[in-house]
Amino acid sequence: MSTDDAHDPKFGEYGGQYVPEALMPAIEELADAYERYVLHNEDGFMDEFRDRLADFGGRPTPLQYAEQLSERYDRDVYLKREDLLHGGAHKLNNALGQVLLAKYMGKERIIAETGAGQHGTATAMAAAHLDMPCEIYMGETDIARQRPNVFRMKINGADVNPVTVGRGTLKEAISETMRDWATTVENTHYVIGSVVGPHPFPKMVRDFQSVISEEAREQAIEQTGGLPDAVLACAGGGSNTMGAFAEFVDDESVDLVAVEAGGSSLTVDEAEGVAPNSATLSTGDEGVLHGARTKLLQDSDGQIMESHSVSAGLDYAGVGPELAHLVDEGRVTPVNVDDDRALEAFHRLSQDEGVIPALETAHAFGYLESVAGTATDGRAAEPRDENYEELGDTLVVNVSGRGDKDLETVVEETSKRDLDIAPDMSILNRFGGGGL
Amino acid sequence: MGLERVFDDEPAFIPYLAAGDPDYETSLEYVEALAAGGADVIELGLPFSEPIAEGTTIQSAIVRALDAGMTVERYFEFVSDLDVDVPLVCMTYYNLVYQYGDEAGPRPFVERAAAEGIEGFVVVDLPAEEAGPLREACDEFGLDLVFIVAPTTTGDRLDRMREQVSGYVYVQSRLGVTGARDDVDDATEESLARVADWDVPKAVGFGIKTGDHAERIVAAGADGIIVGSALVDIVAEGEENDDPADAVADRLEEKARELKEGALRGAGERPEPERP
Repeated sequence: MSTDDAHDPKFGEYGGQYVPEALMPAIEELADAYERYVLHNEDGFMDEFRDRLADFGGRPTPLQYAEQLSERYDRDVYLKREDLLHGGAHKLNNALGQVLLAKYMGKERIIAETGAGQHGTATAMAAAHLDMPCEIYMGETDIARQRPNVFRMKINGADVNPVTVGRGTLKEAISETMRDWATTVENTHYVIGSVVGPHPFPKMVRDFQSVISEEAREQAIEQTGGLPDAVLACAGGGSNTMGAFAEFVDDESVDLVAVEAGGSSLTVDEAEGVAPNSATLSTGDEGVLHGARTKLLQDSDGQIMESHSVSAGLDYAGVGPELAHLVDEGRVTPVNVDDDRALEAFHRLSQDEGVIPALETAHAFGYLESVAGTATDGRAAEPRDENYEELGDTLVVNVSGRGDKDLETVVEETSKRDLDIAPDMSILNRFGGGGL
Repeated sequence: MGLERVFDDEPAFIPYLAAGDPDYETSLEYVEALAAGGADVIELGLPFSEPIAEGTTIQSAIVRALDAGMTVERYFEFVSDLDVDVPLVCMTYYNLVYQYGDEAGPRPFVERAAAEGIEGFVVVDLPAEEAGPLREACDEFGLDLVFIVAPTTTGDRLDRMREQVSGYVYVQSRLGVTGARDDVDDATEESLARVADWDVPKAVGFGIKTGDHAERIVAAGADGIIVGSALVDIVAEGEENDDPADAVADRLEEKARELKEGALRGAGERPEPERP
């Protein structure tokens, strides 16, 4: 659990509470509930949360030694298997925590937004588990590319509201959910899906997710006799990132590497308002969006850019304010991996280890492939950051989620590229027309 | 400070339109029509790409304006090109104010706005807790900073706002996002009562659609009415039906007149203030 001041809404200059006036009392109420229930375990809240994480969620998740990857990269690679959590992603840690908190607060209705659908799925599951009505906002673009998760949300009893404005991705869905919240704030809790938004969300979500690094740290010491040299996690909004880093922040010997989506390019088309990437920590500027001051993909006027990533879960123009702060402090190193390399890494992990990762997670492995120096199939290893040519001998990579939801995207995107590592999918064309 | 003057003699009618909706030239004509119809202050929206406080109506207006090329620089040109004799308030979101100019913070934006003749700001995602730097810049350049009081705002938060507000206070008549409604919410009177002893005029907004609404809200004690979505609806309808801009401008002027007259009727129904 965090030791920073629960009352302080800021991380250095980042964070804060930039929301319409109608939401301020709700946020103050939530900050109070966060302090009482989460930080002080009032009414045994945290005990119940931990119990439910174990029984319903399936925690602890293993820290698995990855034999093939370790051999390939000539160092010890450990996988923190959040993909084995109930629902198939780390998102359940936060969703279960917040839905339970909403219950303790006497709220009657849950709303949430989702990009890749993992947070929506986790929230729908937690709401069903705790018997709360639940509505999920999801951009139409994301509905189209993450259909399996839409099915899962519906099957768990949630209403899924398509968001059609803008490009129909996470950014628009967040705005739409905030609008709903402004109207229903008295009886509704908005389960924000990442370490973003106004205080106390960034701290609260981090605390619910920090169970990842709490376990990983203990498991690493137990299994290897010491701390890892580096922890790698993909970063969109940053909830699995902060979850994987939180308990290692004070361990100065452990390098923390946040791997962002480099998309198709880091070059921005300002005239069109489009950043063909989601590399906010690497390329963004400070600004105010969705309730917090943080780093953002924005044009020189301050209008928010449309971001891009092959992975819907990373496709967001903002990032958690604490991550922005830790990057400025030099504690977290932001790097990025483009769509091609993420797809390559997706196939690598699937073939070498029998673990099909979420496309989000594949970015973290893409970076490993980039810097570890033995990329024999396809492109040669091209270390992108000289500081990371030596990542150390023991690495923990957070497998933030499983890739079942991404299979259609992977097949489609792989077919557009010439990736040596990709399996031959022609069997799909011979039997059943190519769809999954 | 400046804007309070418009509330001196009669209830103020404060319309909102997004600058540049549906396009630059047409929008100039529409805003001027509001002035001709009796606007006392115009809240001129500077469109932001993520308008989280707006309902569908104003969100669509913002999208139209941005699609037609509205930028911060064009907004300032727009203000300069407007031929109206009515004070203008810039209504926007904090990121645009914060990002403008070479130096971080709101000062360059406020300096430029003041130079173009803007007299005040409503920044919808900037609560009093975070408003210090903007308040300071407004003081430096003599601009007003309007805050929104919501039905949920109580206690310390009211005090914080009261310390920083100037020009007028924007009383949000009901919870939710912007958008015209068919009735006047009961929360209006309660909200007005909470700010009754503030020494700035009280203007009520959110959901006001007709002269009748305006009348009832002013009769309930408001010093002014703020109307956005009901006017933006007229712009949207004009766009949808491909109506000539002049016809739409006429409808806006007519609607403005209806709302202003309603407010004036409401003032006539208010009890005479008790004299000591």
